[in-house]
Amino acid sequence: MVNAVTTGADAKVSVRNLEIAYGDATALSGVDLDIRENEIFGVIGPANAGKTSFLKALNRMDMFNPEMKVGGDIHFSGRNTRGLRNVYALRRRIGVVFPLPVGLPMNVYDNVALAPRLGGQRNRAELDVIVERCLRRAALWDEVKDRLDTLGSLLSGGQQQRLTIARALSQQPEVLMLDEFSIAVDPVTTMRIEDVLKQLREEMTIILVTNLVQQARRLADRTAFFLDGRCVEIGVTEDLFTGEVRDQRTRDYVEGRFG
Amino acid sequence: MMFAASGQNDKDRRIQQLYFVLFGIMTLLLVLPVLIILTTLVVKGGPALSIDFLFTKPTNGMTAGGIFPALLGTIWLVLVALLFSVPLGVAAAIYLSEYAPENVFTRIINLAIINLAGVPSIVHALFGVGAFVIFFRFGTSILAASLTLGIMTLPVVIVATRESLQAVPQAFREACWNMGATRWQTIRRVVLPNAVTGILTGIILEVSRTAGETAPIMFTGAAFFLPFLPQGVLDQTMALSLHLFVVSTQVPDMPEHLPFGVALVLIGIVLIMNSVSIALRMYLRGKKKW
Repeated sequence: MVNAVTTGADAKVSVRNLEIAYGDATALSGVDLDIRENEIFGVIGPANAGKTSFLKALNRMDMFNPEMKVGGDIHFSGRNTRGLRNVYALRRRIGVVFPLPVGLPMNVYDNVALAPRLGGQRNRAELDVIVERCLRRAALWDEVKDRLDTLGSLLSGGQQQRLTIARALSQQPEVLMLDEFSIAVDPVTTMRIEDVLKQLREEMTIILVTNLVQQARRLADRTAFFLDGRCVEIGVTEDLFTGEVRDQRTRDYVEGRFG
Repeated sequence: MMFAASGQNDKDRRIQQLYFVLFGIMTLLLVLPVLIILTTLVVKGGPALSIDFLFTKPTNGMTAGGIFPALLGTIWLVLVALLFSVPLGVAAAIYLSEYAPENVFTRIINLAIINLAGVPSIVHALFGVGAFVIFFRFGTSILAASLTLGIMTLPVVIVATRESLQAVPQAFREACWNMGATRWQTIRRVVLPNAVTGILTGIILEVSRTAGETAPIMFTGAAFFLPFLPQGVLDQTMALSLHLFVVSTQVPDMPEHLPFGVALVLIGIVLIMNSVSIALRMYLRGKKKW
């Protein structure tokens, strides 16, 4: 039985007093939460709630944007990621999938082999194994196995999104973060990816940002509700949907009364 | 209801036609000088052209014979200039586009590059004399002339490279960074392979610019007339652009077709280079990966 309370010690990702601002505009403030190993942690909330900024902070993507300021502490496997010198090692352990798929302008094989290659893997046979395994797990292998040399950017939108997932898996991440992955994907593919995520839970921790509350209900063990730059509610997903909430706004949102 | 054009519609249409014609004429006026120059050169200089003209030395006080030493000299000058400016310019552009933070220092560098592009070529020439001929003791030589040309065309390489780097979508970089790639890994594996076409066309444009310059090489390494071919980068050389100036204005009793022939060869080199650049761009755009 899952319970809602977790202490920082056994958490995979532990966030304390997180503050995110872009210039003078605050995007997220006062977030405290813990994400456990091997759970699917859902984050729901309307646009502008700070969901994407939250993911960016976990991956230290604030370094890409001089405007983005992050305060507070984020511990990853017990290590504080603030002030971390080697952010590259951190990012290798976190796979990211964004709303719009980015097929890198190289062929399908190289897209998936890129991360292992960056990590120093040169052995072609080993790479072959990794590429096939990742593409299979992203439910893409059967569609591309005969054309691994076509450009990743020439695949259809749904295929590119699965390619992005395969690429994220090729990092052998400990945490997989998905940000509204189903926006550019048809419903059938969405269901296939959801099945994949359920299997992946055995091996890694998954953070799923979604604006489809039913998707969170289908997948997430626990879910956080973000609203206007605040984390309003964290709880066992089913509780959020059965009305066992602390904040009335959570119930209104999951029942579709606003957002 | 019947479909009918109002008076206002008719007026709009007439004004639109007027502008169409007006701008069309402007464009034709633009092309006219190019056509006149090319036709004159081909008509008057065409008869001078031959294999011998390209591959023999000038004789009879340059009033006869060919242009081989000047042709070869221009190739020397361009190649040595490229050897210097391409690595420097590409490296500078990579720094400015991929690494440089947005601050005062970067803005000053960018301003300096724009100003470098605006410096008159005769000023570059005198700088070349002071810096390379005298201070570095290269003497008047291919090396001194090429370095002067290289510095002068550096902005072309930097700007072309920087623009083609910035044409690579930021999403590609971020996707790569998110996998834990360092900036350099991202540049080498994703950014450069997709910018190389733009960089190449920029370099070819630089070649055509370099080949035509006269002032920067006049005092730094190009000679009026030399009875021998250059043996190394510390020798002086003849050059097409200076040769054209010499045979057009400095030598009495010059047969008319000869300067036109030299000009035709020079503009031919430039046009060929530009065509290669355009063809390359079209070919590679067809293969564009996003």
